[in-house]
Amino acid sequence: MTGLGEDVPLTAGAIWRRTLPVWAALILLLGATLGLAYVPLGRFATATALGIAVVKGGLVMLFFMQLRKPDPLLRLAASTALFFVAFLLILTFADVLTRSAPSQPGTVMPRSQPELPATGQRGF
Amino acid sequence: MSGLTAERAIPDRPGRAENYLTAETGLASWLLTTDHKRIGLLYMAAITVFFFLGGAAAFLLRLELFTPEGDLLSADSYNRAFTFHGVVMVWFFLIPSIPNILGNFMLPLMIGAKDLAFPRLNLISWYIFVAAGLIAVYTLVSGGVDTGWTFYTPLTTAFSNGNVLAAAAAVFVAGFSTIATAVNFIATVHLLRAPGLTWFRLPLFVWAIYATSIVMVLATPVLAMVLLLISAERAFGIPIFDPLRGGDPILFQHLFWFYSHPAVYIMILPSFGVISEVVTCYARRRVFGYSFMVYALLWIALVGFLVWGHHMFVSGQSLFANLVFSFLSFVVAVPSAIKVFNWTATLYRGQIVFDAPMIYALGFIGLFTIGGLTGLFLASVPVDIHVTDTYFVVAHFHYIMVGGAVSALYGGLSYWWPKITGRMYPEAWARFAAVMMFFGFGFTFFPMFIMGFLGMPRRYHVYPQEFQVWHVLASGGALILAVAYLLPMGYLAWSLIWGRRAIANPWGATGLEWQTSSPPPTENFDTPPVVVQGPYNYHPEHEGPPAMDREPHSPQGGQPV
Amino acid sequence: MSEAALHKPWRSLRRQREAAEFGLWVFLASEVMFFACALTGYAVNRVLWPEAFAAAARETNVLYGTINTGILLTSSLTMAVAAESARAGLRRLTLVCLGVTIAFGLAFLMVKGLEYAEDIEKHLVPGPGFRLDQPAAQIFFAFYWLLTAVHALHMTIGLCLVGTLLAQAWRGSRPLSSPAFEAAGLYWHFVDLVWIFLYPLLYLAGRS
Ligand SMILES: [Cu+2]
Repeated sequence: MTGLGEDVPLTAGAIWRRTLPVWAALILLLGATLGLAYVPLGRFATATALGIAVVKGGLVMLFFMQLRKPDPLLRLAASTALFFVAFLLILTFADVLTRSAPSQPGTVMPRSQPELPATGQRGF
Repeated sequence: MSGLTAERAIPDRPGRAENYLTAETGLASWLLTTDHKRIGLLYMAAITVFFFLGGAAAFLLRLELFTPEGDLLSADSYNRAFTFHGVVMVWFFLIPSIPNILGNFMLPLMIGAKDLAFPRLNLISWYIFVAAGLIAVYTLVSGGVDTGWTFYTPLTTAFSNGNVLAAAAAVFVAGFSTIATAVNFIATVHLLRAPGLTWFRLPLFVWAIYATSIVMVLATPVLAMVLLLISAERAFGIPIFDPLRGGDPILFQHLFWFYSHPAVYIMILPSFGVISEVVTCYARRRVFGYSFMVYALLWIALVGFLVWGHHMFVSGQSLFANLVFSFLSFVVAVPSAIKVFNWTATLYRGQIVFDAPMIYALGFIGLFTIGGLTGLFLASVPVDIHVTDTYFVVAHFHYIMVGGAVSALYGGLSYWWPKITGRMYPEAWARFAAVMMFFGFGFTFFPMFIMGFLGMPRRYHVYPQEFQVWHVLASGGALILAVAYLLPMGYLAWSLIWGRRAIANPWGATGLEWQTSSPPPTENFDTPPVVVQGPYNYHPEHEGPPAMDREPHSPQGGQPV
Repeated sequence: MSEAALHKPWRSLRRQREAAEFGLWVFLASEVMFFACALTGYAVNRVLWPEAFAAAARETNVLYGTINTGILLTSSLTMAVAAESARAGLRRLTLVCLGVTIAFGLAFLMVKGLEYAEDIEKHLVPGPGFRLDQPAAQIFFAFYWLLTAVHALHMTIGLCLVGTLLAQAWRGSRPLSSPAFEAAGLYWHFVDLVWIFLYPLLYLAGRS
C-alpha cells in the first residue's frame, strides 16, 4: 500500500521536516504582504498583494495539497478551473471597460439610500 | 414487427433468476439503494413528476393564448405560470433528464464498471434533488414567482412581489445535486473504465456525459453564487446590483448567463450522445468521423463558456463586447454543424431500420438543425436586435430543448428500455408516437418563428388580433404534442407487465451495456468485461456493409477469454 | 486494514484513494467557480468605484484579519501533518493534529465573531446609518459580509468534517488508511486558500 509513485514519509519527524518550512515561508509572506500594504506603491499595490497571495496559494497547493505528486489527473483537475475563471473575468471586463457612458453605472448618481425600501415591495 | 427485433426477441422467455430489480424488494431497498441502476429509476420517477408539473403550466399558457384576450389567466398569474414552467422545465426536467436517468443507468454499464465512483454520493444527490423539487413546489403553492426563469435584477431584487427567495433556494439546492452527479460521472469515466477501454474507444454517449459533467461542475456554482447575491440583496437590502446605489444590473446578466448559456449545452450535449448511439445502431454503420465527434463535444463544452453575451445584445452591453460575443457564437456553431454532418454521413450506405428510436433520432437531427440555424440568426447582432424578446427566440430555444433534448430523451428511453426493464415496448405504438411528436412539435413551434419575426413579443398574455391564427396553430399543435408525450408513458408502463421479455442484446448493438443480461444483475456483469476494440463495429472498417445480408457486427468487448 | 477501507465498486485501494482525491479536486474546481463569481462582482465594482472601495477597505480591522490569516495558515499545517501521518499509520500524531486543527478552526471563527461584532458597532452594515458617505462603499461591505460569511460557512462545514473524522479515528471505526483524511485535508486547505485571496482584497486594499 504505497502512494502514487510517492515516497511516503513514515516517521513523525520526516513529516514535520517536510511541512514546517512551508509553514514558515507562508508566515513570512503574510508578514511581507501586510508590510507592503502600507508602502505607497500606487497602482502596483493591488498587483503586489495579489502576487504574494498567488505565491502563498501556490505553496499551499503544491506542498499541503500534494500537487507535487506526479499525478497528471490531479494537476489537470486543479488547473482547469483557473482557465474558466480567466474566461469569466476577461469577457466580463471586455464589456465593463468598453461600455458607453450612458449604460455605465453612475450615470444615475447613486444615493446611499433608496427612496423606497429595497426589500421586494418597491413596485407594489 | 421490426426487422431488427423480429428474430432476436424470444417471446415470454423466463428472465434470469436474479437481476437488479428482483435482487431485493421492499420500499427501503429502493430508498436506501446505492445501485446506480435503481437510482436512475428513482430519478426517472422524480423527473417524470416535474415533467408533468412543467407541462401543466405550459398547457395553461397555450390555453390562455388561444384567444387574444386575457380570459383565463390574469397578467400576474400568466407571469407566474411561465416562470414556473421555465424554472421546473430547465432545472428539474431538462438539466437532470438524460444525465441522471440514462447517464446514471448506462454510464457504468457502457464502461464495464460495477457502479459509479461514489455510490452513496449518487443516492444523496437524488435526495438533494427531491428536496430542491419540494422547495420549487412550495414556491408555486406559496403564490409563485413572476420574474421569469432568468431572475433579472432589479425586478427580482426590488420590484417582484412573488416568492423569489424560495424559487432561488430551489434552484440553488438543485445545483448541489447537479454538481454531485457531475463529480461522480467525471471520476467514474476517469478511473473505472474496463481494461482495454481507452479514451478513444469510449462510446460517444460516455464522451457526451463526460463533457456535460465538466460543464456542470464549472458553470453551476456560478449560478449558485449569483442567486445568493440576489437573494442577499432582496432579503437584507444590501446593495450589489441596484443601479440607484451604484450597482451594475448588467453585471448580474453577465454572471447569470455565464451559467445559463453553458446550461443549454448541459441540456443538449447528452442528447448528442444518445443520437450517436441510436443512429449507428439503426443504420448499422460505424459512426462517421469518430474522433471529430469527440473533439466537437469537447470544443462545444469549452467554447460554450465564451458566448454568453449573445443574450445581452440589447442590455446596454458595450458594442465591442457585442461583436466579440457575436463572433464567438458563430465559432461555437461549427462543432454542432460537424455533429449534424457526421450523423448524416453515418446514414450514408447504411441499412436503415425505421424503428421508434431511429425515428426520434432522425426527428432530432432535423429539429436540432433548424434550432441551431436560427441560433445563428440570433447570434448576429442586427437580426437579434429585431427579434429580441419575441416568439422567434421562444421558438429557437424550444427547437433545441424540446425538439432536441426531449426527442433524444424519448429516443434513448426507447432504445435502452429493454436493457432497463427487460421488456420490449410495443414497436408500432412507439413509431406512431415518435411521428406524432415530430408533427405536434412542428405545429406548436414553427408558427412561433413567424409570429416572432412579425413582432409578437414573448411573455404577454394578451396580443393583437392579427397574431391569433399563429397562436391557435401553436395551441392546437401543443395538444398533439401533449398526447405524443403521454402516449409513450402509457405504452411503456403497459410493457412493464405485458411486454415481451427482452434478450440481452435485442438490437444487435455493439456497446458493452448489451453484453450483460436484460435487466442486468446487481453487479452489472457476472465477470468484469474486457474491451478489445472501439465502438460501433457494425461492419468491417473501411468497408460498407453488404447490400442485403445482416452485417457481421462484433461487440466492443465481453467476458475475458 | 486495507480491506476495511475498500468499498464497491473499487478493485484496489490505490485507485479508490486516487478517486477520492480526484473527486475532491473536481469538486474544488466547482468551489473555485463559486467564489470566482462573487470575486468577479467585487472586481467589477472595484474598477468602477476605486476610491470608495479603498475608503471602505480601510474601515476593516486589519489586526483581526491578519491574526485570522495566521491562524488559518497554521491550521493548514496541522491538517497537512494529520493527513500525512494518517497515511503513514501514525495514530497518535493523527489524532493530536486533527484536534489542534479543530482548535485553530474554532479560534478563527471566534476572532471572526469578535470582528463582526465590532463591524456592527461601527455601523459597517450596508443600509440606513452606514458609516461612510460614498454610496459605493456600501457595495464593498456588501461583498465583505457576503464573502466572509460564505467563507465562515465553509469553515464550519470543514470543522464538522474534521470533527467527524477525529471521532471516527478515535473510536477506530475508520481505518487510518481511509482516503477520507486526505480528502478532508484538501477541503480544509481549499478553505485556507480562499482566505489567502480574501485577505488582501478585503483587508489590505487602500492601506497605503
Ligand atoms: Cu446562449
